[in-house]
Amino acid sequence: MLSKRVIACLDVRNGKLAKSIQFVNTKDIGDPVEKAREYYLDGLDELVFYDITASSEARSIMLSVVESVAEQVFIPLSVGGGIRSVRDATDLRMAGAEKINVNSAAVLRPQLISECAAAIGSQNVVLSMDVRRVDNTAEMPSGFEIVINGGRRSMGLDALAWAKQGEELGAGELVVNSIDADGTRDGYDIALTRSVAETVKIPVIASGGAGTPSHLHEVLTAGKADAALIASMVHYGEYKVSEVKTALHDLGVKVRMSW
Amino acid sequence: MAVIVDYDAGNLRSVQRACDEVGLTATISDDPKAIRHADRIIFPGVGAAGSAMRSIRKSGVDVALRQAFQADVPILGICLGLQISLEFSEEDNQTTLGFLPGNVCRFQLNRPDLKIPHMGWNEVEVRRRHPLLEGIEEGDEFYFVHSFFPKPRNPATVYALTQYEREFCCAAGLDNFFGTQFHPEKSGRVGLGLLGRFRFWDGRIAK
Repeated sequence: MLSKRVIACLDVRNGKLAKSIQFVNTKDIGDPVEKAREYYLDGLDELVFYDITASSEARSIMLSVVESVAEQVFIPLSVGGGIRSVRDATDLRMAGAEKINVNSAAVLRPQLISECAAAIGSQNVVLSMDVRRVDNTAEMPSGFEIVINGGRRSMGLDALAWAKQGEELGAGELVVNSIDADGTRDGYDIALTRSVAETVKIPVIASGGAGTPSHLHEVLTAGKADAALIASMVHYGEYKVSEVKTALHDLGVKVRMSW
Repeated sequence: MAVIVDYDAGNLRSVQRACDEVGLTATISDDPKAIRHADRIIFPGVGAAGSAMRSIRKSGVDVALRQAFQADVPILGICLGLQISLEFSEEDNQTTLGFLPGNVCRFQLNRPDLKIPHMGWNEVEVRRRHPLLEGIEEGDEFYFVHSFFPKPRNPATVYALTQYEREFCCAAGLDNFFGTQFHPEKSGRVGLGLLGRFRFWDGRIAK
């Protein structure tokens, strides 16, 4: 049977690896190409690069990072951050990205999802959603709201409605990132992940809050996620990717164990 | 010279990079002449069977591939490249190249928790020895992304199986043609191993 995937997310700023806590206080923590290679050799299933500068001059830096990674990492590579057009998406694909993550620009202009799906195939278009818990209201029945621009702007859009719309527009996968849990290492937002997974038929990748292998176990079982994104817990050397996967295997989760 | 066949069916650079990694120098080409003269051919691709067939017929790549197949040139089909090497695909109800007898079928799953496309890492169970599958061990997983699967008519052409609700053929071959439904170029060490063996494969299957 299909294995659950462990995906490492590398936030890149001006070509350097950065990690944020609740989307602020980013600091540089090393070379993304080196980290990518290290994780790949240690059994990582997939990589996501997120360009958190996404200014025009940083674009070319990102393309060269992606190119260097693609030359030495032979697992699926996904790239996001600042993608506003099919051209942005195809440039990254040419540089070696397998999948493209769209986020803020898709919320502002949902057709971006269908345009990218037509150009590079649905299976390569990942809709990444940043979600914050709010009070349940008539406009926000699920109590989960979409935010953009790294959590700085609320969109008055219900996360479950957006997930459904994203699927209909042709997204092949969803990343569900909890702004509240991001960087806390206190565990994923299980209720959020599960709600989205029960709303769509496409794979759901849980993001935000991973601190221990048991957090991944929880979101891959109770949270019904198909994959779990990790960052701080491996970036700072607290866990190795192989330790996370071995722990999941020991907890009874089907993960790829030979690499 | 090894050639990676280009027919507007996805990004082929990842295949080329993986070939580089195992020392197989390959050029990406849609030129029928280059394909006819290649000493080995990688036939990759993602996308839909209908548009793929239109594209390769238009460029004459279909004829060049057939000639290479008949001339015993080792050919490795990957994903869509394997699928359109069978005779017919349920995707777009498309007649395809027919190097390998059999059809390509759409996944029909009963379990609601299983998604289509079948995307991610899954085990490849070798059922029949083949030079390209040497060294693959029980439990080894490869990366898949597909909504249709190959169903070769002759069981002797089925080399490996994968489970997704039911088992399906994930690697098939006939003479000098071998194809995988999974993506060796994205399957880490085990995938690179397969490409490395293809580099030296003479197109024969040891009996």
